[in-house]
Amino acid sequence: MTMRVAVTVNGTDYTRDVEPRLLLIHFLRDELGLTGSHWGCDTSNCGSCVVWLDARPVKACTVLAAMADGRIVRTVEGLERDGQLDPVQQGFVECHGLQCGFCTPGMMMTARWLLDRNPDPDEAEIREAISGQICRCTGYENIVRSVRWAAEHSGETI
Amino acid sequence: MQVPSHVEYERATSVDHALVLLSRPDARVLAGGHSLIPMMKLRLAQPEMLVDINGLTELSYIRLDGGQLRIGALARHADLLDSPLAGQHFPIFHDAERVVADPIVRLWGTVGGSLCQADPSEDLSAAFAATHATAVIHGADGDREVPVREFHLGPYETVVGRGELLAEVRVPVQPGTGSAYEKVARRVGDWSVAAAGAVLRLDSKNGIAQAGIGLTAVGAEHFVAAEAEEYLRGRPPDEESFTEAGAIAAVHCHPVADQRGPEDYKRHLVAELTTRALRRAAARATGPAAAGAKRRKAA
Repeated sequence: MTMRVAVTVNGTDYTRDVEPRLLLIHFLRDELGLTGSHWGCDTSNCGSCVVWLDARPVKACTVLAAMADGRIVRTVEGLERDGQLDPVQQGFVECHGLQCGFCTPGMMMTARWLLDRNPDPDEAEIREAISGQICRCTGYENIVRSVRWAAEHSGETI
Repeated sequence: MQVPSHVEYERATSVDHALVLLSRPDARVLAGGHSLIPMMKLRLAQPEMLVDINGLTELSYIRLDGGQLRIGALARHADLLDSPLAGQHFPIFHDAERVVADPIVRLWGTVGGSLCQADPSEDLSAAFAATHATAVIHGADGDREVPVREFHLGPYETVVGRGELLAEVRVPVQPGTGSAYEKVARRVGDWSVAAAGAVLRLDSKNGIAQAGIGLTAVGAEHFVAAEAEEYLRGRPPDEESFTEAGAIAAVHCHPVADQRGPEDYKRHLVAELTTRALRRAAARATGPAAAGAKRRKAA
């Protein structure tokens, strides 16, 4: 049995017939081909699947695509604007915020949300914001630096 | 790959609509979904139908009404943590919410969902038990009120029946009250190894008029340390009382050894965390914030 789900993802409308049990992360990756969001631990611990659902970050392995029906989703593919990287993305480039890159999309979506609410977060605030996400490469140091870089370069043409 | 098994999905458009949908056997409320969906992945829960209540924003409030702090069941953990009203009257909720899961999960998980999940390790159940809160349950035949201390029937089981929906939690606001929550977890965002919440109401002679003590993850009946509460009644709010109350709480709970620690360690935590929570609750009952609240009330 399927149901019709209509979702606006990164400004584009998509309609698909899916099973109600389909998780949002698989909807994005397998139905829409948006593989930027990563499917990690499947237990809402690692945060590599974080996307925005109606302007709030969510672990997309722990919501159903059905719950997103009629709503707006933003994924890592929606961070850049007109070919310009978001300062968060540029920060990860400048400060080596990623090594293997698996956690990166989720980290960047949470960082963008943090900076929208708190444009000048200190290290403790950044660490708190990403405390529900796991990076096994960097020890978080460079991720924190990357977010700070983005805070210091927001509003600039990169 | 973990996926839930086959399930029907309906979106409730009103509370009444939700109640109709929930009258079906094996229908479950879907709010934040951050406990239910992981359990469905593991087949620990296999509802036939999910009733999504996320659109019922009329259940999302946190307000003061009739001498009670009233929290709608759909208020998110982040809403409670961000609520100055909740923090002013019951800092125990801010203490507890700060250590519930992580910031992203707190944006979705709900207060009502936490109570209805009835997980023995869940923090808000003990916090609400400590505050002597009351649950308001909607049903087809009207509302009924159940003290939170009678709300849980056991692990993962509550008094909310078929065709019913937890709508609100009411917490009585009384002057001279202070509260706090203390938790030990293995790492940030994890479930409690043990935790204790305390609410103290002091009388005009600075004695303890009423104590509420909630315990998390240690097998306390209804999440309450009743013997320790009884001991404290009428005593002075001092170190001796708090230490003894902690010791009593540690004796009367029923922790089990698991991957989070052995039984004796958990009893040690109960004693220490209960004492600490009582100490902070007393300081808050008599501190500048409490004095300010009294002044505002007098004015």
